[in-house]
Amino acid sequence: MLEFRKEFFADERDDNLKEIGKGTQRQDMLGHVTAMTKYFDDHKVQNLLHLKVLRSPHHHARIRHIDVSAAQGAPGVKRVIRGADVPVNINTLLSLLNFGKDDEPSLAVDKVRYKGEPVVAVVATTEREAFEALSKIRVDYDPLPAVFDVEEAIKPGAPVVNEVYPNNTFEYHDKYDHQKLRFGDVEKAFAQADHVLEQRYQMSPIEHAPTETNGTVAAPDTNGRYVVYTGAQGLFFALDTCAKILNVPSNRLHFIGGTVGGGFGGKVDSVTEPLAILGAMLTGRPVRYLHNREEEMQFGPPRGAERIFIKDGVMKDGRIIARYVRSYFDSGAYTRLSSYAVVKCVAHIPGPYTIPNVWADVYCVYTNRTPATAMRGFGITAVDFALETQMDKLAHLVGMNPMEFRILNAYRDGDMKAHRREAKNCALIECVQVAAEKAKWPIRDEFKRMHSRSGGGGDRAVIPHTPGVTPSATPPRPQRTSYERPGMPQPTPQSAPQPMPAAASAPQPPSLPAQPAPVQTQHGATRFSSVFGTRRR
Amino acid sequence: MAKHRGRGMASINYPIGMNLGGDPSQALVHSNPSGKFTVSLSAIDLGQGMKSVTRQICAETLGVPVEDVYVDTADSDTGPHDMGSFASRGTHRVGNAVMAAAKEARGVMMEAAAQELEVNAADLETDGRGNIHVRGAPHRSISVRDVAIAAQFRQGRTISGRGIFLVPLSSVDPETGEMTPATCYAHACLVADVEVDDETGEVTMIEMNSAYELGRALNPRLVEQQLVGGAWMGLSHAIYETTEPYYPDRKDGPRDFNEYLMPGPGDICPHNIAVLERPAPDGPFGGKGPGEMCANPVLPAVANAVFNAVGVRIDELPVTPEKVLRAIKAQGGARPQPKFG
Repeated sequence: MLEFRKEFFADERDDNLKEIGKGTQRQDMLGHVTAMTKYFDDHKVQNLLHLKVLRSPHHHARIRHIDVSAAQGAPGVKRVIRGADVPVNINTLLSLLNFGKDDEPSLAVDKVRYKGEPVVAVVATTEREAFEALSKIRVDYDPLPAVFDVEEAIKPGAPVVNEVYPNNTFEYHDKYDHQKLRFGDVEKAFAQADHVLEQRYQMSPIEHAPTETNGTVAAPDTNGRYVVYTGAQGLFFALDTCAKILNVPSNRLHFIGGTVGGGFGGKVDSVTEPLAILGAMLTGRPVRYLHNREEEMQFGPPRGAERIFIKDGVMKDGRIIARYVRSYFDSGAYTRLSSYAVVKCVAHIPGPYTIPNVWADVYCVYTNRTPATAMRGFGITAVDFALETQMDKLAHLVGMNPMEFRILNAYRDGDMKAHRREAKNCALIECVQVAAEKAKWPIRDEFKRMHSRSGGGGDRAVIPHTPGVTPSATPPRPQRTSYERPGMPQPTPQSAPQPMPAAASAPQPPSLPAQPAPVQTQHGATRFSSVFGTRRR
Repeated sequence: MAKHRGRGMASINYPIGMNLGGDPSQALVHSNPSGKFTVSLSAIDLGQGMKSVTRQICAETLGVPVEDVYVDTADSDTGPHDMGSFASRGTHRVGNAVMAAAKEARGVMMEAAAQELEVNAADLETDGRGNIHVRGAPHRSISVRDVAIAAQFRQGRTISGRGIFLVPLSSVDPETGEMTPATCYAHACLVADVEVDDETGEVTMIEMNSAYELGRALNPRLVEQQLVGGAWMGLSHAIYETTEPYYPDRKDGPRDFNEYLMPGPGDICPHNIAVLERPAPDGPFGGKGPGEMCANPVLPAVANAVFNAVGVRIDELPVTPEKVLRAIKAQGGARPQPKFG
């Protein structure tokens, strides 16, 4: 099954450690296999109420009127929650990173933008009573034309999915509807290539399918605090998102989680936490909000679809000399995290190969479907499918062994990557060699002798002339924090950049003031930092 | 009508941690008066083994047995800030924070031991079994337990440490895409052997052979569970799963596990894995992270294997029997391609 090939890179490791490298049994293993482990829903609380949401039956519709009177008087109903009851109803997840504009309501107010969007929440004594009350709510919808295809969505005259982004695309750097990657001269290289191959790839949305669905149990505590049991994948990410939406200081919320029944990226969106806590605030009792399996599959966020066009120029000897990628992330009706994945995807292009001319335009597009989110391999999985299928076609086109074709084009230590950083710590060639050996897939000796640690750099380390790109007056430094950017607010003491891992002997930092300086935010959330190209406004 | 064997391969790399950095993690480590340690985190264990890998990192750094360390996570009142368990960042980011905290705690522990043994702390070493002794003189020794008692009740020291790890933020150039997305990358190559039924269009995985490079494998069993499980998730993505079978049409979306297809026990096949370890210069003991990337090579390897078996290219995921059958029919029948190996 699993073998270790210790002979590779042995000179870069000390293999004689005491605990590292040992297959020690997990600390939580016995709990898991004897059903003693407590997940969020195993915390028993008294007087528990249940929250359920009414979801839009339309892909896109204006809300004319909502009548909740019959639901309010229904048996067991403790509270009906509308968009107006949510303190800060409009949010975007990455506002914690100062990236993007608030574009998504917790409960829809004027419009629904996807089938399944939450419109009204009901808190009742039992789940059944909550569902029965939902059936008594009358919503008067005015259906609107919907758009489902990413390329249709960016055409002029397409229905506007989300008015915050009227062109149906996320905005990068306050001026572009996509993120660019420019390295060398692809057009010139295509003209010189022996073969040019242009192909289209498509990946459909995928469900995370965790054993434990998304859910939260929130209960009032003393001193105006709330204890929140959650399956969130980012504890403070969820906490600070809730502090913003509920407009409370972050220390009013006490989040407890950490043991999650499968995440895979599907538990980073804080879809159940804010409403569960709000339900507890409005009723003074503990509230549980748990997705059922249908909600998890159709209305909980999936891995979003991607459409990818690749055009490659390749020489008869197998060298790829140009790669052009145009790609569309289907974000669904709201941004969530797709805008981030676009930038990660751009950084990944052209894959683990040294190609001297690379061009990419990657878009985050809004459509009338369930908002997409992160999933294992976020930003990479679909483009890897496209790139590696394309690599197989190219090998076939030039009549090369696909393994040798990969090794020939593989990146090596010292090469310049398309995002203009030096490749280091590479190991693609070795992986291909070992996989070929294990599968008894023959490769020629000269390809067996190649290494990631030699043959790179030199001419391969040069940033090529890139036509049409005006070098910035002050090119970005390799790394910097947002605090150095002009126009940004001055950092407050507690958010100043921290040093890298503190050495044991490091001097103690001066003690912080007892009262933290006021943070320049409108809401209770902590702004972690500011990244990327677009400032939140 | 026949079943055709085919093999395909793919090779990939994967960035470790949140793209562009800026994703800090903190850790606290402290000893109780018996010399047993607790790591306090807010990081999430999704089943991937966050608690276990940080426990081993802490024990290795402190120089104590792993049984003397437990990891407590995740309570926002007691665990310091962490960005979250995603982006293959747990081992690399949280691991580094734990390492930093454990180093600080070890520094205090060694000072306390030096005072008890009346030697210089720089001359002391741990034996990894719960004792501290003078280097080259194992008989001049004191147990970690006795050091902790002395620190707490006689010396008035806290054997504790704080750690943070932060890859500073990088910006993105709007015109060129110049950026610093990640500090290290994992690598993989996978060969898929499949069988394609040209009558039904069904694809069956027969065998997988793979090589993964993921930095130092901090716990080989946790690595194995990720690589084996991740490959099956990759196969599931490749030939079964979608919430929108006729994307971009929204119709016929599955609502439960009867309608949402995934491989079952009967679909499992041999997977022979080789692990290579090129340590990340900035990883905890060289660790990178096997979490996400292990699913990725399976998708294209399967699509390439289907081409090798029957000569059709399926460029839209998932590679369903319907798509395979339509493509074979459009081509006028299966066209098996030359085999490698």
